Amino acid sequence: MREVSGIKTISADRIKEVVAELCQAANYQLDCDMVDAFKEAVGKEVSPLGREILQQMIMNAEIAGKGEVPLCQDTGFAVVFLELGQNVHIVDGYLYDAVNEGVREGYRELRKSIVRNPLTRKENTRDNTPAVIHVKVVPGDKLKITLMPKGGGGENTSGVKMLKPSDGVDGVKKFILDLVKAARGNPCPPILVGVGIGGTIEKAALLAKESLLRPMGERSKIPDVAVLEEDLLEKINRTGIGPQGLGGRITALSVNIEIFPAHIASLPVAVNINCHVHRQKSIVL
Amino acid sequence: MMESIRITTPLTDEVVAELRVGQHVYINGNIYCARDSTHEKWFRHLDQGMITDLAVAGHIVYYAGPSPTKAGKVIGACGPTTSSRMDKYLPRLMELGLKGTIGKGSRSPEVVQAMIKYKAVYFAAVGGIAALIDKSIVGSRVVAFPDLGAEALYQLVVKDFPVIVANDIYGGDIYAEEISKYALD
Repeated sequence: MREVSGIKTISADRIKEVVAELCQAANYQLDCDMVDAFKEAVGKEVSPLGREILQQMIMNAEIAGKGEVPLCQDTGFAVVFLELGQNVHIVDGYLYDAVNEGVREGYRELRKSIVRNPLTRKENTRDNTPAVIHVKVVPGDKLKITLMPKGGGGENTSGVKMLKPSDGVDGVKKFILDLVKAARGNPCPPILVGVGIGGTIEKAALLAKESLLRPMGERSKIPDVAVLEEDLLEKINRTGIGPQGLGGRITALSVNIEIFPAHIASLPVAVNINCHVHRQKSIVL
Repeated sequence: MMESIRITTPLTDEVVAELRVGQHVYINGNIYCARDSTHEKWFRHLDQGMITDLAVAGHIVYYAGPSPTKAGKVIGACGPTTSSRMDKYLPRLMELGLKGTIGKGSRSPEVVQAMIKYKAVYFAAVGGIAALIDKSIVGSRVVAFPDLGAEALYQLVVKDFPVIVANDIYGGDIYAEEISKYALD
């Protein structure tokens, strides 16, 4: 990468290469903070079956880390977050093509889980593309690429609702809790619950997914929101759903809430659930 | 605490009658991977007369779509997918003699009633531990629909494949029973 008058040049080839590496790393190497979260959960879980299941998740991470079998057969939709420094110049190719080519390469031995047409469902795209790409332009001259392979289970139990301002915090809590209760074991608990509140419908949904990028255990920097996160986590863990929905007191490992200013008429709430195979890997170019 | 039990496919009514909700079971023999598109195609071919017999009597369907098989391995990662998406197809399969399904997550009340009626069991496998259960799958081949990729109809040969009885033929339902046991409020 050469710097010319404050502009950093990054080649499409380099982007493709690192995206491919992220696809592999994310599907075999579970982050230590997830494994630590499982270990902490074993100590707190009162259901013997629940503890057994959590131990299996720890062992699974260890075996998958050897690189022969991925953590889960659902190697997911490739969701890619790009934090693009506004002084970055991408050369020798189109950014989105580079990302998709990286996914194509990185998923060669992983499952091809994408169908071309959601209505007819007849044609698998055969290379796990297209990726879902979210770009944020930021100050500076770096490109941060984060891959979050997103499985179907958690996604299928996610939801958005346009509440009324008069529904208030209680209405928000009820929506989130009802959604988690209805999901039961389907999203493979213990889950991570990402929440976006405010903005417009799509902004809330994106915030919910972005909130899942937070390091495990990190609470919102806004005190009221942090309290809401803890309160919801406790309520979710009182539902009795437990690991795999087979009963227990560890149903969720974290509730992460991001808020954004809202229209005076709206209270959008989005919930994006992730399963216990919570995968994300990043690199900064 | 119930003793765990080892069973071998195909399953007879006698074996199914012994299984109780919450029991740890180790499955041996052949099981058949089928999921969303597999079932859709299966039933379309049956209804259009392209196949006359699904030949499921006594067998177990495993709701799963494996990742690609690497050189030297018998199968890719092959853990369970969410069973409720296939609820719509199960009563008819059980009417045709299917004796068991393996997946994750609870079934609909209608399907639970059908399992009692047709004397078939639902086994829960833990989701997201594909690397750990890999050693339980000792053989695989595509039986039909190779064009469906991960959703092809696979025959897996399993050895002590670990599952738990989620619904038995007596109305026992592990999700209903255990969740209410641990719920507070």
